[in-house]
Amino acid sequence: MSEPSTDGPITAGAPAPEFTLMREDGTEFTRADLEGNTTVLVFYPFAFSPVCSDQIGLYEEVLSDFLAKRGATMYGVSCDARWSQTAFREKLGVTSIPQLSDFEPKGAACRAFGVYHPGGFPQRALVIVGPDAVVRWSYQAPSPADLPGANLIFDGLDATAAGSARA
Amino acid sequence: MSGLSSAPIPELRADDHVRGPADAPLVIVYADFECPYCAAAEIRLRAARLRIAFRHFPVRSSHPRAWPAACAAEAAALQGLFWEMHDLLFGDQGRLEDPHLWARARTLGLDLERFDADRRSPPVAARIRDDFESGVRGGVVTTPTLVANGALHAGEIDVRSLEGVGAGSG
Repeated sequence: MSEPSTDGPITAGAPAPEFTLMREDGTEFTRADLEGNTTVLVFYPFAFSPVCSDQIGLYEEVLSDFLAKRGATMYGVSCDARWSQTAFREKLGVTSIPQLSDFEPKGAACRAFGVYHPGGFPQRALVIVGPDAVVRWSYQAPSPADLPGANLIFDGLDATAAGSARA
Repeated sequence: MSGLSSAPIPELRADDHVRGPADAPLVIVYADFECPYCAAAEIRLRAARLRIAFRHFPVRSSHPRAWPAACAAEAAALQGLFWEMHDLLFGDQGRLEDPHLWARARTLGLDLERFDADRRSPPVAARIRDDFESGVRGGVVTTPTLVANGALHAGEIDVRSLEGVGAGSG
């Protein structure tokens, strides 16, 4: 298998790569955890950077629409240590977006998804994975300073639903 | 298909809260009464020659009192005093608890019982949610976000350029 491309995120139709992230409680989150649910992975550069704070807080605000209406689960992913991620989430008052840490080996999962920034942190990217662990949609912001609107996630979920309907 | 997929920011609506000279460039402001950047922007916008439409964009996780403050503004609007409440809310963001909202209502001479019933009412909540969702669908991510001629401006506000470009929208 060739090395994942570094010039863009994994694209729709590709099976999710094998990866290991760490949950806030220290247990592993792997490809197998994607199966059975639609999963939205929100890659963000750094815990506590003001830009991420706005993004995650906004996503929390619209999350009821995800969970109740779309049956999707959302996770935040960064290379910060899990303790930092938990402190970040709690500082934001966010309760419904569990965090996944790509701390060690640093950035390995981000590289597998094609969203590792050469500066040593995740690109600001969104990846939607279907219940069959196949990537349905992905998006990478033009720069880490640009915040992807929550509307893009719903566009992605719509595309996912349309794809499933055709299949 | 889903409620929050992309859609352009709605143009000026009949029920938007608007103030400023009718012939000034129109700017739609998505803001949150607990957001300090919004309060700072408000000072600069007020000094500019602009027609301002205000839409709510409260994000509860970072600003837990933004939603009740938005409800207070809408309840005041039902008694014809939206902008008066808007100014009092931005004027003192350190006091946004319920007793502070009641005090503002008293200051404005509002019917207090009606104010309190209205601010907890489903139509007021729906109105705020509508504003919020219109922003989300249009790509608003942070506050304040200004919309002039359909273009979103977030972050540092360049009032002079807004005074120049807004004309003709809405």
